[in-house]
Amino acid sequence: MSVSDTDPVVRIEGLTKTFARGNVTALQDIDLELMPGEFVSLIGPSGCGKSTLLRVIGDLVEPTAGSVTVNGKPAKRARADRDYGIVFQDSVLFDWRTVAKNIGLPLEMLGWDRDKRKQRIDEMLDLVELRGFEEHHPWQLSGGMQQRVSIARALAFEPALLLMDEPFGALDEMTRERLNLELLSIWQQLGSTVVFVTHSISEAVFLSTRVVVMSPRPGRIAGIVPIDLPYPRGVETREETRFFELVTQVRELLRSRGEHLLPEEELGLLEAPE
Amino acid sequence: MSGLIVTPSVGRRAARRAGDWVPAAVVFVLAIVVWEGAISAFHIQQFLLPRPSDIVSTFWTNRHTLWPAGWTTFKEALGGFAFGSLGGVLVATVVGRFRVVGNALMPIAIAANAVPIIAFAPIANAWFNPLSSTSKMAIAGVLCFLPVMVNTMRGLQSADPRQIELMRSYAASELEIWRRVRVPTALPYLFTALKVASVLAMIGAIVAEYFGGAFNALGVLIRSDAQILDFQTAWAGILVASLLGLALYGAVVLAERLVVRWTPATREA
Ligand SMILES: Nc1ncnc2c1ncn2[C@@H]1O[C@H](COP(=O)(O)OP(=O)(O)OP(=O)(O)O)[C@@H](O)[C@H]1O
Ligand SMILES: [Mg+2]
Repeated sequence: MSVSDTDPVVRIEGLTKTFARGNVTALQDIDLELMPGEFVSLIGPSGCGKSTLLRVIGDLVEPTAGSVTVNGKPAKRARADRDYGIVFQDSVLFDWRTVAKNIGLPLEMLGWDRDKRKQRIDEMLDLVELRGFEEHHPWQLSGGMQQRVSIARALAFEPALLLMDEPFGALDEMTRERLNLELLSIWQQLGSTVVFVTHSISEAVFLSTRVVVMSPRPGRIAGIVPIDLPYPRGVETREETRFFELVTQVRELLRSRGEHLLPEEELGLLEAPE
Repeated sequence: MSGLIVTPSVGRRAARRAGDWVPAAVVFVLAIVVWEGAISAFHIQQFLLPRPSDIVSTFWTNRHTLWPAGWTTFKEALGGFAFGSLGGVLVATVVGRFRVVGNALMPIAIAANAVPIIAFAPIANAWFNPLSSTSKMAIAGVLCFLPVMVNTMRGLQSADPRQIELMRSYAASELEIWRRVRVPTALPYLFTALKVASVLAMIGAIVAEYFGGAFNALGVLIRSDAQILDFQTAWAGILVASLLGLALYGAVVLAERLVVRWTPATREA
């Protein structure tokens, strides 16, 4: 790669996004740099622009002002080069494709041959534990299973930059924690950079190198909490004192900025230790 | 290996599908029985309504004129169906590429779709040789064209924007988005229209023949038999028309089953 280790993978400068329809300022004056191999979580109350920020990075939404560079090139160019994989908030599967074919879609787009695709799809099916469902259609799966298909699809081509919008939101606690661990190990294996949107404070702290806390209307960065827990992280990480300190730190940042939008009970629920 | 697993379930599915038909078959047979019985019971004149058994036996004695006549009409309907539907799909495809044109044309197409095209049948005979099958094919074709075009256009436009966004994240070209998102989304819409069109095509061909056509055509036969008060033969002609109409419709349903395997209609409970 031509990108050196000290150049950011994503550089966002003075980013503002106003939706003409409804005249909503979804994002205002966002400055953010993501270094190679970072795992950055975006957290903030509903409607504060997390999904929009992800879409702007992925060049799916045009910024109103400011610039986004990915791997040193404009976001548009990065998209053309297929530099990133994306997991949307809803699973966005294709009803006419089987589970296996849904997972293989980006591989087809990249022109992989059938055997290579099949092999990768099988690996992905194992990863998200959907073996035996490869010939099912999405509407024959539960919501959580659908979301796992969409995660498998994004991971299938091992993108250097992964944009994930609440990928585990629809999953049960056990699956969620297992996939958290899987995601961490994939991330470390591939050395990819991850931008991860979540509503769960504990999930954000557990996974990330940094947690970006956003505040609503207009969406701004309220603060950034570096997470200094050592990797590899495991089940015991969630029991460390430092983990709870960091959870509290993020929660306080959230509370100070967005308390009127995220009720206290909800916050309590989100970070409930098991 | 997987065949072992699939075969019994297919068998079971076929059995269940056959089971689905039982109520309809019972109602059908009952209706025929009631029809037959009512005519005897109320002494209904045969020119008002012949017995089903008489219709069938008349059909059998006249099968050598009725079947060729039916075939003539069926070919007209089929030709109109093919050309009209193909035209509808082509126009919708071209127009669908340009949203602006599509938006401008949609209301006009919907309005045109509400026009009773069949009213043009006598005029179409003046445009073409009244004895040829071209005029009938033309009416059937125009009847098929509009619903197919409107529905295909709607289908191509109703692609899920999130799916398009996903494809864009893969830097997919417009052609790829069209092929992998828009066309599969439009297929169920298309087949709904084709089912309607298959019925319209038969109606178009027969009604056009009422206004004149080759001597051995179903519509001409039904009309002339009715005029000489040979109602039983007219009814036998209607029977042939119904069977052919059902055959065309059934063929479209079959094609839909083969192509569109993922819509709720074909989903298993
Ligand atoms: N396509 C759009 N057109 C107009 N307004 C939009 C559009 N997309 C998002 N918005 C607005 O931008 C704001 C931010 O939306 P966004 O989806 O980014 O929020 P979010 O932080 O992801 O929320 P959530 O946590 O509920 O997913 C909202 O006020 C929303 O109404
Ligand atoms: Mg969102």
